[in-house]
Amino acid sequence: MLGGAQGPAVQRALQFQLEVGRFFGAERFVPITNAHMMGDIEVLGDAGLALLREFQAAGARARIPITTNARCVDFAWAERLGQDAGECAKEREVIAALQAMDVMTTDTCINYQTLYQPHLGERVAWGDTGTCIYANSVFGARTNFESGPAAMAAAITGRTPEYGFQLDRHRRGSFVVDLSAATLADLADWGAVGKLVGESHQNYYAVPVFIGFRRPPLADELKQLGCALASYGSMGMFHMPGVTPEAPSLDAAFGGTVSDDVERMVITDASIEAVYAGYDLGDGDARLVVFSGPQLSLFEIKSLSEKFAGRRVVPGSMCVITTSNGVISAAAKLGYLKPLEDAGVAVLEGVCFYILQNLSVMREKNGWKNMISNSAKIVNIIGAHKFRTILRRTDDCVDIACTGRLV
Amino acid sequence: MSVLATITLDRAFGPVVEGAALVSEEGFSPRYDLDRWSGLITKPGHKLEGQSIRDRICFFPTAKGGIAAGWAFYDIKAKGIAPKAFIFGVTNPVMVQGAVLAGIPITEGWSENPLGLIGNGDWVRVDPGRQVIELLRRAA
Repeated sequence: MLGGAQGPAVQRALQFQLEVGRFFGAERFVPITNAHMMGDIEVLGDAGLALLREFQAAGARARIPITTNARCVDFAWAERLGQDAGECAKEREVIAALQAMDVMTTDTCINYQTLYQPHLGERVAWGDTGTCIYANSVFGARTNFESGPAAMAAAITGRTPEYGFQLDRHRRGSFVVDLSAATLADLADWGAVGKLVGESHQNYYAVPVFIGFRRPPLADELKQLGCALASYGSMGMFHMPGVTPEAPSLDAAFGGTVSDDVERMVITDASIEAVYAGYDLGDGDARLVVFSGPQLSLFEIKSLSEKFAGRRVVPGSMCVITTSNGVISAAAKLGYLKPLEDAGVAVLEGVCFYILQNLSVMREKNGWKNMISNSAKIVNIIGAHKFRTILRRTDDCVDIACTGRLV
Repeated sequence: MSVLATITLDRAFGPVVEGAALVSEEGFSPRYDLDRWSGLITKPGHKLEGQSIRDRICFFPTAKGGIAAGWAFYDIKAKGIAPKAFIFGVTNPVMVQGAVLAGIPITEGWSENPLGLIGNGDWVRVDPGRQVIELLRRAA
């Protein structure tokens, strides 16, 4: 491969992987079965698109299934959202270049809920930090944060350097988080836990071990928790004894026995309420409510459909949901979409709100100052677009969308 | 030139570079914190809000979330607004993948916290091969 016998694309991809592996002291490559990549014009820029074309021209082909993360344009909405026609045309070129390399442009950041669920010990190369932490923690599969070029290179070579979460030694718990004093009734509460734990332990290799939860968490709750841990803490893995496969017990989560002096963090209802109380509301602007980042599952769509039924987004406000093509198709068939559309909720396909092309311009044009969401992740990551962001529980978000009043 | 101070590194990639330091108390993400058209840190409340990373040797204690760096560093390099090097206390693979793709030197782990030792505008040399950062002169 390195000698170029398998073509220049494979050679270039492997050279890149070798440098990354060398940095981390990887001793070998390991074969992978699945890859998931981010690749949209907003993050690629013209230089990235040119690079994709170079790979395509060099004959790059995925050897294993590779899917794509959420992108920055839903073409059906681009004009209404005031997105740039030139950039939208480039987004189509990105999609075409990826498809020419046999990349499956599924455009979802919840591949772990909708597309592929790797088994215990399965090695994959996934991008979008939320997908990684879910794969490592909930499935017991093995992946590092593999960004767009890294996941693409892994699909082209069929392997990835063995470092980080590919190795047993990085998969052990590093501190305990006690949830027994937390009710955790709403998805946003799980995100708030992720914020509290992640912000105070920013480290890729910090692996929190959650104990004391009052009931088995649902997949969507683990999704919010994982996305927030990855976002605020840059974390790639967590354990929950009795829930996640590499932690049949607390001791097992720590790779044998938990030491007496291990750090113990306690999350209470009060600490979660303090998260909600901690946001600067500015002048109280409440005209943008977003359910996105990560995309919503069919279960979340059903729940929101029921909450919005018979209500209307207040004139002058915008309420956005983003999800995947598969979820939207199922939601339409099951009748969950109509109440949302009747309520004036914009349901966008294949995108995530915070990476929407032209978002800063959209913000200025609409005069939005605040963004309200039940996702702790998106509340964290949209900062560069100069939104003031506010985390609220799901029911509160629905009320804010329908009343225009921030509570 | 005499070396005023030396920091040794745990891991490093890239060629030798010299430049003015930009030292942050706070972590970094190109997606969350950076305007990728101007090179300015724009996240409201970031400790370096309003500062440009262009041509700087950027010191950050941590990396924040974000898979975007993988492509974003290549993009900002092509736009001419990339820093000369990224120096992290603790980083994540995305930052490394992005820097390798873009050919921007990146390092992780330091023998001494640069906060207090190196000030904004101080001239430093990053030598990934020798895994050291050398303080060459103080800002005027």
